[in-house]
Amino acid sequence: MFSLLAKIARTPNTVIPTAAFIDTDTELQAVGAQLEKKIQKLFRGSLAIRQVDVGSDNAAEQECIALGNAYYDVERFGVHFVASTKHADMLMVTGPVSRNSRAALIRAYETTPDPKIIVAVGDDAIDGGIFKGSYAIEGGVSSVIPVDFNIPGDPPSPKDMICHLLRILGAVEEKNGGNPGVHPSPQPSPREGRGGNTPKGRNAAK
Amino acid sequence: MITSTLLIIAQAVLVPALSPLCIGIIRKTKAVMQNRIGASIFQPYRDLNKLFHKDEVVSTDATFIFRAAPFIVFATTLVVAVSIPLLGTFIPHLGTSDLLAVLYTLALGTFFLALGGIDVGGPFGGFGASREMTLASLAEAGLLLSLFAVARIAGTTDLISIPHALLALTHPALLTAALAFFGFFVALLVENARYPFDNPATHLELTMVHEAMLIEYSGKRLGLMEWAAANKLFIFIVLGANLFFPWGVAATLTARTIALSLGLLFVKAFFFCFAIAFLESTVAKLRLFRLPDLLLLSFIASCVAIIFTL
Amino acid sequence: MTTFILSQTGFVSLFAIFATGAIGALLLSRSDAAANWWGNLFAIIGSLWGIALGAAALAGNQTLSYSTTPILSPLPALDFSIDNLSALFILLISSIALLASVYALEYVKHFYGRYSIGALGFFYNLFIASMLLVVTASNAIVFLMVWELMSLTSYFLVIYDRAEKKNTQAGLQYFAMMQLGTIFVAGAFILLYHFTGSFDFDAMRATAFQIPTLWQGVIFFAALIGFGIKSGIVPLHIWLPDAHPAAPSHVSALMSGVMIKTGIYMLIRVLVDFFPMPPLWWGVVVLAVGAISSVLGVLYALTEHNLKRLLAYHSIENIGIILLGLGSALMFSSLSMPALAALALAASLFHTINHATFKSLLFLGAGSVISKTHTDNIEEYGGLAHRMPQTALFFLVGSMAISALPPFNGFFSEWLTFQSLFAGINSGVSSLTVSAFLLAAGALALTGGLALACFVKAFGVTFLARPRSPHAEHAKESGFFMQVGMGTLALSTLALGIFSGKVAGILQTISASFFAPVDAPALVAHTAALSVQHGFASVSGVALFALIAIALFITFVASTYGVYRRQRVVLGRTWDCGAPLTPRMELTATGFSRTIIMIFKRVLRPQLHVAATYAEGNTYAPISRTAEFSVTDIFREYLYQPAAALTLKVSELIKQIQSGNINAYFLYTFLALIGILCMTLI
Repeated sequence: MFSLLAKIARTPNTVIPTAAFIDTDTELQAVGAQLEKKIQKLFRGSLAIRQVDVGSDNAAEQECIALGNAYYDVERFGVHFVASTKHADMLMVTGPVSRNSRAALIRAYETTPDPKIIVAVGDDAIDGGIFKGSYAIEGGVSSVIPVDFNIPGDPPSPKDMICHLLRILGAVEEKNGGNPGVHPSPQPSPREGRGGNTPKGRNAAK
Repeated sequence: MITSTLLIIAQAVLVPALSPLCIGIIRKTKAVMQNRIGASIFQPYRDLNKLFHKDEVVSTDATFIFRAAPFIVFATTLVVAVSIPLLGTFIPHLGTSDLLAVLYTLALGTFFLALGGIDVGGPFGGFGASREMTLASLAEAGLLLSLFAVARIAGTTDLISIPHALLALTHPALLTAALAFFGFFVALLVENARYPFDNPATHLELTMVHEAMLIEYSGKRLGLMEWAAANKLFIFIVLGANLFFPWGVAATLTARTIALSLGLLFVKAFFFCFAIAFLESTVAKLRLFRLPDLLLLSFIASCVAIIFTL
Repeated sequence: MTTFILSQTGFVSLFAIFATGAIGALLLSRSDAAANWWGNLFAIIGSLWGIALGAAALAGNQTLSYSTTPILSPLPALDFSIDNLSALFILLISSIALLASVYALEYVKHFYGRYSIGALGFFYNLFIASMLLVVTASNAIVFLMVWELMSLTSYFLVIYDRAEKKNTQAGLQYFAMMQLGTIFVAGAFILLYHFTGSFDFDAMRATAFQIPTLWQGVIFFAALIGFGIKSGIVPLHIWLPDAHPAAPSHVSALMSGVMIKTGIYMLIRVLVDFFPMPPLWWGVVVLAVGAISSVLGVLYALTEHNLKRLLAYHSIENIGIILLGLGSALMFSSLSMPALAALALAASLFHTINHATFKSLLFLGAGSVISKTHTDNIEEYGGLAHRMPQTALFFLVGSMAISALPPFNGFFSEWLTFQSLFAGINSGVSSLTVSAFLLAAGALALTGGLALACFVKAFGVTFLARPRSPHAEHAKESGFFMQVGMGTLALSTLALGIFSGKVAGILQTISASFFAPVDAPALVAHTAALSVQHGFASVSGVALFALIAIALFITFVASTYGVYRRQRVVLGRTWDCGAPLTPRMELTATGFSRTIIMIFKRVLRPQLHVAATYAEGNTYAPISRTAEFSVTDIFREYLYQPAAALTLKVSELIKQIQSGNINAYFLYTFLALIGILCMTLI
């Protein structure tokens, strides 16, 4: 045990400073409606993320796991991962939504309480990525459930993910005194084939 | 009359107010030992605030037990909060501060926690409840007898009066208190789902005990359950700090004694939180069937402590 | 009015009411409904009379005696007397019988057309009457007569549902055990008669202390075994888990709630009342028996999946807790600490009352569930809280009471039992006595924890989650009378808890009469609080109830309306990780208790039998596999079956005498005659 303690004492702190995530020119891909200011403020203090894997090749998951390590340390922003969709505020969906996991994804979406944010992580989740056009997939998370934000990349690096997260939460705006830096550009979301799931009151809680 | 009511309200407010801070300190210490920065020590307050502002999703299979359990569990922690020597030994005795009354009021909370886990009929809540009840039933003997050992030395089982009675002793019974404290500390770890009994930060349902029973809760009910768990930890820490290390506990209602008492309590509680976080960072979680051995050790230590008091 | 109730006529009319109910029901047996109403109505009236009698006798605080001169000379005088202890038990038996009879008005409809309701009414009324007679008998011969009457009537009630073979077997086993118990009881009373010269209890009380110590020990063991069989202590409990499920539920409630307490009543009468200065080892033996019964009772309860067998094992556990109090009382009595002895006996009596209340409630609830789902296997229940909400609530109250959770009554009687054990540790007489009390306290703590676990299982698997079988899906709530019976018991558990101070005070006065008078009683009880041993410990039932209620109210109001008023609660699904949830994915009772069983496997000896059936000639791919997980009943295997085998072997040997040869029989007669002549000469 003492060697463990000595090692802990000796190892230098390698956490990447917050400034590195805020000063870049990352463009936020907002696909759904704009996030309400009050919800943004609420989640800026504490965000619970549930990572949902719908047929992914695990590349994006590895990067998600790396978010919690001693370099990126996403916990210092008040973000933590939870084990149940009922505890979650944000669903980070990875993978191109294989046909067999379509029902599971809809259930995961329904059991997450409002207000919630759906983020499609990785090119696979956005529109199928390298699997686009395959018979075995639905073709992107937005074809099944309404997505709010995309994080592009195959897979997106933890640095990209944190940059996007901070912008989603409005932490950059807050840091820059209300100036968003780069304006988020809303893109039209393809919503065919969602199975008639139009939840009311999503993000409408005040 | 008014002072008594104010004191009761003060304790009932102070315990829920300070308990998330304990959780925050434990998490921060663990993060620092893992070479990270980690969340701030006030993060649990933000988590609770967010949870109380969220909607809930309740399963159609759930009955009134699931809906009522968080309120009952939280209420039991409030009842115990006014029965422990937090501010000092001058707080009014309401007849609920007997050691058995405190333990069984907490057991009332455990009962509804376990039933709430079974209620939704999911696979995880059931085995979480099973494991929690196994560990709780085996831990009770050690916890009861360790507190009784201290009660014997002090000459009363009224938890509020024990610190003052211990300070008045001419011959401190250090060996007894040390053995009883070991028994109590093991019980603290098991009742609050800490290492080596349970991992409070795990995502693997197969390794969960306490978290598995909370897996179906959301919104304010989840907030109440998490807060109640934090309250329970804080209550155990206060008992451990003020019953086994009673130096500085206020005996009279003056600003100076209360300030000294609370200040020393913060220091003692900080050491407890640090010890728990240290254990969680260095010791591995034990396999479920190894845990009864540890609980038996707690029971034997408490028995030996009582025998030393004769 | 009170004088009439307490007079001899009043006493006789109590039994006349039950007799009318019994005979009338039998005469009306052609009509099921008429027999049911007549029998139960008279049982209700008789119980109300009994409550009035018990209350009046307790309030009067003097011993009443009734006796009749015998009509024919060989018959003994029928002597009955009611002192405070008897009055308490009369009150208890009558109250539980009242509520069980109200429940039965509707429950018995379940037996219409299958069996004779008149016979049920007959034996039921006689059963209640015999229990009341047992606790008032003051003559050993009369006592044995009514004791046998009680066993006989309960036997017929146990085998009532005789279509099931296991019920008749359970009844036979019950009858055999009761006769065995009566042999020991009769032996004890014969020894007492031999040394005191009279069958009368008063005479025994006056002169029993003169009996030589060796014979006192023999009487002690005979009484403990004889009355212990009736109470269901371990290892004499073998009849209990089979007999209680076999009987109709309202009878099970009476058997488990009050009949086994008559064994406790007689133990108190013989061991505490007759012998004012018992040796120390008596108390240690009773304490040990109590500790073992409580721990083993709850461990076996954890292994059970039949709801009524589970409740039966919990009765064994609670008898163990009552015996812990009684054993402490005996020990304090021999250590010349009468104040503490009164406290311990009061704890024992309080637990007796409380157990009668919440165990009857649980059995009535179990009856409600079983009669609506037509199965008694817990594994087939589930989701009953949606379908039977009132039964679920009452069963929940019963579960909380039996697990000793405040503010219900079970907590306060366990608190008092703990206090008597703590007082024993504090008395510090010798290291052996202190160790006995310490281990007993550890056993009680373990029992409390395990009982909590067992009732999480029993209530959770029965009422919560989704139905596991079609039986449970189609269950409906029980009717009005059943709910009234259960509801009143549930309210009384709460009331006994809140007013525990008052009740404990009354009980201490009753128990103090058995020990030397003291200036400062160990228990100081006000209406609101209990306080023990000059303030060593104190607890308040009113405060606990009030604080819990206030805290609950504040929590609910603050969290629902205080923070975020526009919060919505959406009905959704259980999180199932994306796969549809079937009832098979829910917790089973087997799964719940398996961990605890494996932890205690040295005691419980779990066994796993795996079998597979294969297709013709193919030993690689089985058609089906069965795995059977069972627990060995070590008492049946290592005590009763060897004893039964030994008895049969000895009978085989003795059978040799019956050779069938008439000349041999003449020889036996001749030898017997020679023997008698020799004995008269010596």
